[in-house]
Amino acid sequence: MKRNVPLFITALGGFTLIIAYFIPATQGWGEVAAIWFDILASIAFILGGGNLLKIHLKKVSDKSAGWAYSAITLAAFLTTLFVGLGKVGVNPNPQYPEYSLSGHYREIGSPFWWLYEYAFKPLTATMFAMLAFYISSAAFRAFRAKNLEAILLLGTAFIILLGRTFAGVYLTAWFPDWMSGLKIENLTVFIMSVFNTAGNRAIMIGIALGVASTSLKVLLGVDRSYLGSGED
Amino acid sequence: MYEFLKDLDKRWIFLLMFLCVTIPIYVIAKTGKSFPEVPTVLSEAVFQAVEDLGQGDPVLLSFDFDPASEGELGPMATAFVRHCAEKKVKMYFMALWPVGPQMIDDAIAKVIHSDFPSLVYGEDYVNLGFKPGNEGVIKVIVTDMRELYTTDDIGTSINDIPMMKNIHSVQDFDLVINVSAGYAGTKEWVQYGSTPYPDKIKIVAGCTGVQAPLLYPYIPNQLPGLLGAIKGAAEYEKLVIDKYGGNDPDPKYLEAKRRMGPQLVAHLLIILLIILANYIYFVEKKSGVSV
Amino acid sequence: MNRETLISVSLLAVGAIFIIGRVLFSEYGMGKAYVQAVEVRSSGSEEDLSWTKYESTTQRKYHEAVKKDPDQNDYQFSLSRTLGIWVAALFTLFILSFLYKDNPLYKIAESVVVGVSAAYWMVVGFWTTIVPNLLGKLSPGWIKSWAMPGLDTEAELLYLVPLVMGVMLLWRLAPQGTWISRWPLAFIIGTTAGIRLIGFLHADFLGQIRNTIMSLIVITPETGFDLWESVKNIIIVIGVLSSIVYFFFSIEHKGYVGKTAKLGIWFLMITFGAAFGYTVMGRIALLAIRIEFLLNDWLWLIDPSNIRI
Repeated sequence: MKRNVPLFITALGGFTLIIAYFIPATQGWGEVAAIWFDILASIAFILGGGNLLKIHLKKVSDKSAGWAYSAITLAAFLTTLFVGLGKVGVNPNPQYPEYSLSGHYREIGSPFWWLYEYAFKPLTATMFAMLAFYISSAAFRAFRAKNLEAILLLGTAFIILLGRTFAGVYLTAWFPDWMSGLKIENLTVFIMSVFNTAGNRAIMIGIALGVASTSLKVLLGVDRSYLGSGED
Repeated sequence: MYEFLKDLDKRWIFLLMFLCVTIPIYVIAKTGKSFPEVPTVLSEAVFQAVEDLGQGDPVLLSFDFDPASEGELGPMATAFVRHCAEKKVKMYFMALWPVGPQMIDDAIAKVIHSDFPSLVYGEDYVNLGFKPGNEGVIKVIVTDMRELYTTDDIGTSINDIPMMKNIHSVQDFDLVINVSAGYAGTKEWVQYGSTPYPDKIKIVAGCTGVQAPLLYPYIPNQLPGLLGAIKGAAEYEKLVIDKYGGNDPDPKYLEAKRRMGPQLVAHLLIILLIILANYIYFVEKKSGVSV
Repeated sequence: MNRETLISVSLLAVGAIFIIGRVLFSEYGMGKAYVQAVEVRSSGSEEDLSWTKYESTTQRKYHEAVKKDPDQNDYQFSLSRTLGIWVAALFTLFILSFLYKDNPLYKIAESVVVGVSAAYWMVVGFWTTIVPNLLGKLSPGWIKSWAMPGLDTEAELLYLVPLVMGVMLLWRLAPQGTWISRWPLAFIIGTTAGIRLIGFLHADFLGQIRNTIMSLIVITPETGFDLWESVKNIIIVIGVLSSIVYFFFSIEHKGYVGKTAKLGIWFLMITFGAAFGYTVMGRIALLAIRIEFLLNDWLWLIDPSNIRI
């Protein structure tokens, strides 16, 4: 029961959506399944938050290494949750002023908006901005022209890096008209629309076959790894 | 030189990258000068797709990105909203990312509230907000949008919004404009939108540099136009400004063009670093040192 | 004091002196935010209720308003948003400090982002989907009475199924009976597999095969035989087929198969080179906007949008 019912549910959910695609009369069932999926996805956010709470509370109570940072995480989490769920500082909807919770949870000027604008946004944006530094370091450490394949990769990268900025336009601006195809910006377009398209198309076809086979294995119960170890 | 480069601390490279981006930003902001842009075929295709729309045509704008990719996609979003507002189409905003609605709010405040104050919410534009489920959302709304979107982002019933009267699914829109930072984004819109309904759903997109090469196989049958990375944004900005910007365009519509300056210098740095790295490699290879 | 600490302390000292100098000695200071007070009147009540909302405005507009009427209150300095800009700038610098060395400031910033983002997603999921699409479908009257007075749906008891599945999913957090969460997880996995099977086969398999079936001899009404388009199409078809041969690992790559696979590798290397070029482009734009924030919104060293005096 603990493992057979989930396998049946997996197959039922998946095949409902597949059948709904081919038989128009069953399209409604597919829509219902997709809507339930969307609702469960939002509950998964709550699960994620609950899991975070559980892990960090344990760290703080056990006073394990770095527990002070877990305390900061919890404080940030609970503050954001409180002001967001409670719509603290949010004005009501002008159409329904007697309903204090009718306002928009993201209202500009509210504490929840403040936390997004001045904590969440700069932190996530800067974390991703760091990648520019790591890519420069990787360019210095990793990209060696050891063989023909590596030379092709690096040569293409040079053309793209130059061609997608004014540097490439400037460098080959003097080419005569009959050589305009070799101007770096035109070469870039050619590489992207021909070679890159061909390579990525092959990769896409391969991935599609892989996804199809993995999905079928899951739906037919051959792959049961998502059910866990089965010890409980 | 070989000894110096071989043992170079990576933090000097970080500092170089920081300077290569900061100095051009400062110089361009102070001088007001930036590099010229020449639009390419794909940017022109995106521009033409919006230009071909008529007044009052319904357009779905799906902003599937977050602050982490705002550097590349923010200017695209601004330019798209500006173009749609100039064309007087009806704009329907939605998002597949939880922070997408904030990006929508920013674009609406920056463009519509600021430069098109005569546009009325609920009649000219509406924000439907975010729904979780990634491709599951697209799967539902391509056939029945009202089952999932019972209210707009603020909580007004869909039935009370005048511009939602004739909209029942994504197939009722004349164009879908997607600004995408990853999963769920343009790929999912193509897989579950334009591929199963090729005659009903037309998608153009703007995406990050990481995604752009992966989407080329869909062009042009499944994805007629694509803006790739900040360069695509700069090209599209130029096309919109040339048509609607006037002689002295507002600097907020030239963000991508300004960012191409640091882009150029940083690209030259990356090329230099690769050349230096290979210089080290060839010196070591020549002297028989194992790499 | 070791060299790294000495450098860190020196950088911090120089930065602090610069910032204090700008705050105290520059004409307009730095990192300030201004708002415009806008009155909002209720439209759906018998009482005449109103409140004030504060919209962001520019320093230029604030000073122009003050110059016109020093006693005006419409345009104001915003302490909370000014503090916010400084907090955002400090968080940005804390994260960037990791490039020099891992340090407690970075760890604090990291802890804050983990907590805030998890809670942000929970709040968004609750107000955008659980309230209108689950609770609003099960008991629209109740939701209408406190959260969404504009809600206009009928009760649908079928939504009890996702409600029960949702509760089962949350059972994963319980110390006992975590197997209960397998049922909704199985539903999620099954529906994902079902959606993706069709989507990938249609768009990425059949769609790409169809896209690759292209004319190898292109003849247009305007120009007749188009050599360049024909060459491009031939290269694309050869590229796709040879790259697919490379991925076919069930046959040994020798002889003609080996040569074709080799050609496929070359196409793939060009593809990866293009991907690298575009990735570099993408990452640098992300750094540019953060540096623009520091120089423009915080330090007031540049003003590309001409919003300040």
